[in-house]
Amino acid sequence: MFRWLIGTIALSIMATGAQAADPVEIHIGYLGHAGVKSTLSLVEQPADNDGIAGARLAIEDNNTTGKFLNQRFALDEVKVKDSDDVVKVATDLAGHSDYIITDLPADALLKVADALRDRGTVLLNAGAIDDRLREQDCRANVIHVAPTRSMLADALGQYLVWKQWKRWLLVTGSHDQDKLYADALRRAATRFGAKIVQERTFEDTGGARRTDSGVTLIQRQMPVFTQQAPAYDVLVAADESEVFANYLPYRTWDPRPVAGSAGLVPTSWDAAHDQWGAVQIQNRFVKLNMRRMTALDMQAWTAARMIGEATSRTNSGDPKKVIAFLKGKDFSIAAFKGTRLTLRDWNWQLRQPILLADGRMVVSVSPQEGFLHQVSELDTLGVDRPETKCKLQ
Amino acid sequence: MWCRFLLTGMLVWLAAAPASAFVAYVSNEKGNTVTVIDTDSWTVTKTIKVGQRPRGIEFSRDGKFVMVAVGDDDTIQVIDTKTQEIVDTLPSGPDPELFTQDAAGKTMYVANENDNTVTVIDLGKRARLGDIQVGVEPEGMTISPDGKILINTSETTNMAHFIDTTTRQIVANVLVDSRPRFAQFKRDGSELWVSSEIGGTVSIIDPVKREVTSKITFDIPGLRNEAIQPVGIGMTKDGKTAFIALGPANRVAVVDGTTHKVLKYLLVGQRVWHMDFTPDEKYLMVTNGVSNDVSVIDVAAQKVIKTIQVGELPWGITIAQP
Repeated sequence: MFRWLIGTIALSIMATGAQAADPVEIHIGYLGHAGVKSTLSLVEQPADNDGIAGARLAIEDNNTTGKFLNQRFALDEVKVKDSDDVVKVATDLAGHSDYIITDLPADALLKVADALRDRGTVLLNAGAIDDRLREQDCRANVIHVAPTRSMLADALGQYLVWKQWKRWLLVTGSHDQDKLYADALRRAATRFGAKIVQERTFEDTGGARRTDSGVTLIQRQMPVFTQQAPAYDVLVAADESEVFANYLPYRTWDPRPVAGSAGLVPTSWDAAHDQWGAVQIQNRFVKLNMRRMTALDMQAWTAARMIGEATSRTNSGDPKKVIAFLKGKDFSIAAFKGTRLTLRDWNWQLRQPILLADGRMVVSVSPQEGFLHQVSELDTLGVDRPETKCKLQ
Repeated sequence: MWCRFLLTGMLVWLAAAPASAFVAYVSNEKGNTVTVIDTDSWTVTKTIKVGQRPRGIEFSRDGKFVMVAVGDDDTIQVIDTKTQEIVDTLPSGPDPELFTQDAAGKTMYVANENDNTVTVIDLGKRARLGDIQVGVEPEGMTISPDGKILINTSETTNMAHFIDTTTRQIVANVLVDSRPRFAQFKRDGSELWVSSEIGGTVSIIDPVKREVTSKITFDIPGLRNEAIQPVGIGMTKDGKTAFIALGPANRVAVVDGTTHKVLKYLLVGQRVWHMDFTPDEKYLMVTNGVSNDVSVIDVAAQKVIKTIQVGELPWGITIAQP
């Protein structure tokens, strides 16, 4: 496969009559974590190559461009298990890659960032949505391609307010990340003028997500769980742990729409997104990977494309030049979102529109019309410069 | 139909007796139709049902046919301008979007978004002659006035590829800003203009040196920068004035063709895409993708004089003598 790739590239270079010099080699590392989480819905179960598949497509795209500039991109993929020493694995990877795309939990990412700080390796965070990585725990050598929880919550909040569904019943799971998402949703409600009429907690009492007689029981549980709520317009669920949210649509006591972790979900990408030329990347992705493109795939694609873009703009394999361009004011990336994506220079978070999808269709794209900002309307999503706790170092 | 056409013609003739009427064909991306507009009465005279997702649209060099790329049907349909009916199809590659023809009207070059190629078609034989590998998501297509160089822009590779039309080999690649969508030469061949939708600029390329010599940027007070997304370009034959469609900025920029300075912005419909002049260059018509209409610009006065409702999500336009 690898040889075949080199063969193709060599052929195309000859065909275009380009320089005979050896191409500049750019290695991009991909550091992911092994094991995929179990989802309530079988169709949402992530593939083993979730994320990596997007990076692979970006490498192909980069190489199509690279053959005209005598640049060749390669992806070095590593997956770590919980028992592995992530710092050691990352240090090995940094031996041959100046840029590493990461899909790691927040704490592991911080460990790696601190360990690689003096080497000049840049990490592109494609997987972790934690706000703290861009705020109190921000690092100068980490660029965040994944959106934050607060960006996702704001994107949803703006739409619900635009829709005049301002009374929210907030149901939160019992795990830490569910609570973080609930915090972000509360913040969104306050910012955009929605009211949380009541909060409920859905305790995770354990149990399998796949059962042969599951529906019968769920159909009895969910109406009971949601009864006797004060008048509300929409049920907003914070359930990143995949314990209950997807059981709620069509089963609430009152006939109300569900949003958040189920129903209308804010996301950086959806397999149904087809605006702004997106159908082209969707087709390329399906052709290459024989499955549809997820948000993590898109985040990894964007990360690898950012390196490709900066490499072609600087026409250089020198990581110092490439990183300076990435962090400079002229950098932007096109990612099928109808607008150019740029980096927030106070915490290196990628500004991006957020899609609102229901699993079949893209319902809307935030920021919504009318939410204004003096710098960029994309900064109406998430924590803005005046509120940031980040001090880059 | 013929009767109505005659009648409309007479009425207009009685009213104003203008020099000559032209016919504009507008491709409606969502409506799967082509709207036919009479440029004397500025009315829709016919709506032709075409294949799925019609976008690139152009007259054949002899004026007898209108060709429209129907991307989701992986083909180009040919409309007879006499009967205004589809009479033929061309073997384009998958997902054709924009195309261009050589001066003789014998060879057509098609950008196929889905497989990073430009397809070469013999128009006489209706046969595919071959493919040229280009960058990711080929889009803009134009040919130099001397016919020697074909230009293709690729949207994710962000380049204008210079292709020798004789050898069909890429001879140069010029990097431009993000998502280059449209390319146009000045009639005298002295400059190549390339619009970058996401980059928000138009690059002026010296076709001899094959490098970007300057860039046109846009600044519209009260409008956020990201909304300025240049797409279609129209240039008068003398090269003195250019019009640039700015997408969701809902404006067309009027640019001095010599100094490259923006002279003014004309407010048109929502998400303005592409444009074409009437052959006498008195009028310029632009398609407004989201507001489902076409704006008519008086070229000399640099004013929008009329808006015409067309089909769903109009995209491309071509105008010629009937």
